[in-house]
Amino acid sequence: MSGEHLSTVDNGAVAMAAEQRSAGVPDLVARRRRRRGAVWAVRLAAVVVWLVGWQLTATYWIDPFYYSKPTAIWSRLVGWFSHGTAFGSIWTQIAVTLEEAVFGFAIGAVAGVVLGIVLGRARFLAEVAAPFIKAANAVPRIVLASLFIIWFGLGMSSKVATAMVLVFFAVFFNAFQGAREVDRNLVDNARILGASRISVLRTIVVPSATSWIFASLHSAFGFALIGAVVGEFTGADKGLGLLINNAQGTFDSAGIYAGMIVVTVLALVAEWLISTAEKRLLRWRPPAASADVQT
Amino acid sequence: MNDPVIELRGATKRFPSGSGPAHTAVRELTMQVAAGEFVAVVGPTGCGKSTTLSLVSGLEPASEGEVLVRGERVRSIPRGVGYMFQNDAILPWRSVLDNVAAGPRYRGASKAAARAKAATWVERVGLAGFAKYYPHQLSGGMRKRVALAQTLVNEPEIMLMDEPFSALDVQTRALMQDELLRLWAGTGAAVVFVTHDLEEAIALADRVVVMTASPATVKGVFAVPLSRPRNVEEVRLTAEFLEIYREVWESLRVEVARAREEASRVG
Repeated sequence: MSGEHLSTVDNGAVAMAAEQRSAGVPDLVARRRRRRGAVWAVRLAAVVVWLVGWQLTATYWIDPFYYSKPTAIWSRLVGWFSHGTAFGSIWTQIAVTLEEAVFGFAIGAVAGVVLGIVLGRARFLAEVAAPFIKAANAVPRIVLASLFIIWFGLGMSSKVATAMVLVFFAVFFNAFQGAREVDRNLVDNARILGASRISVLRTIVVPSATSWIFASLHSAFGFALIGAVVGEFTGADKGLGLLINNAQGTFDSAGIYAGMIVVTVLALVAEWLISTAEKRLLRWRPPAASADVQT
Repeated sequence: MNDPVIELRGATKRFPSGSGPAHTAVRELTMQVAAGEFVAVVGPTGCGKSTTLSLVSGLEPASEGEVLVRGERVRSIPRGVGYMFQNDAILPWRSVLDNVAAGPRYRGASKAAARAKAATWVERVGLAGFAKYYPHQLSGGMRKRVALAQTLVNEPEIMLMDEPFSALDVQTRALMQDELLRLWAGTGAAVVFVTHDLEEAIALADRVVVMTASPATVKGVFAVPLSRPRNVEEVRLTAEFLEIYREVWESLRVEVARAREEASRVG
């Protein structure tokens, strides 16, 4: 009886939701499309103004030796991709840096998530570890790159280690916080429903911490790239960091900019991949929370 | 009355407070609930009614006295207990069906068996078309239905309910109260239903337990001799209902006044 009563109420809610979702409101869609077009037009205009301005100033007023100019950077990039760099093909350099960053990212992220969640749930361990973690976090970790060169040599492992250390702390603190801030209510409810400690961890703690962890992963891949590049600065025989360092040594400002652009593109691609993964894993979230990710 | 399913004997619960003396939530609590009985616990807001439920559920140990479920002392969560919390405790990252299937899954059922069992309960609470929805896509009343199904799917012998409908609007609340009575009718479960709404308490329960202002203890127990099945909205208008209401309110009024006085002194 009351089931019928209910279904009328619920159908109303669904009908409303369907109305919002449907494209049956062409006016709104068109306006949104026009708005997006305007946003892109202004973006494009800003880039053009900036590049043309730089080109003109570098041609007529300031010294391009120090500041370089867009055309010089462009021809350097074209040169790298068509003829290769001083250290071999540009693709080799990219592959090397990317490999270091990806390995460092993967190891650091996994270690950070596991340790963060374990410490986040184990009060006693967390209390014991707190001062050490604080101290470790205060260490200027980028300096460790020098130490890793001594420990692991000029090869790939020293850069992987640098990237890993940077990623680890970023991810660790978020996973730790995420595991701590799990809703007590959810945990109590799961325990009443019959969940063991392991089940609570697997079905409540890890999913709740996932949004926190993803928030850190966005910046973490950037850190991994920084780690790899700085590691290559410190000493390497391949990689984008070496390329940039070499450009610095030869006062080739265009080369520095070109290296920067390549690294930036890598970071953006990685960011896009992470956002896609996030959208899939966190699709249970209300849309308002992820709306600003869309472009 | 045969052996009670739930029995509290002089149960007291103190919580450590930041500094100074411990805060006493409930003191010297003595009451019994029989199998299949629906008991409502009313008291002024914030008096420690919810603490009673956490003692019975085993989530919090008693500081003094005894809490017995089926004649055994409560040390951990007793078998056959369901608990509906005041705030939403359903998992936002799981669909309606998987939320309801959580209990059987935790208790070792296979995924397919748990889902099959969950599906019948999703239907019983009137959410058949919404099995694949996520909680954020549902209204407050629908989320309560999910929580109800999640609790009932484990077929509890004891149901603890902590102001489960207090966040709902009046109409939805009445609807949910009827739904609860309908679903409970077949189960034979003992229910302890905590609320600060006396109307709700009388409309639902066989007995109403009135608690004193903080620190809470049992002030009086009133029988509700209204016949079942009841229609929550109609039963409120009967003469018997009003008579019982007047009687219980006489007892509760003093405590509400005391709680208000205390609140105005603190805040």
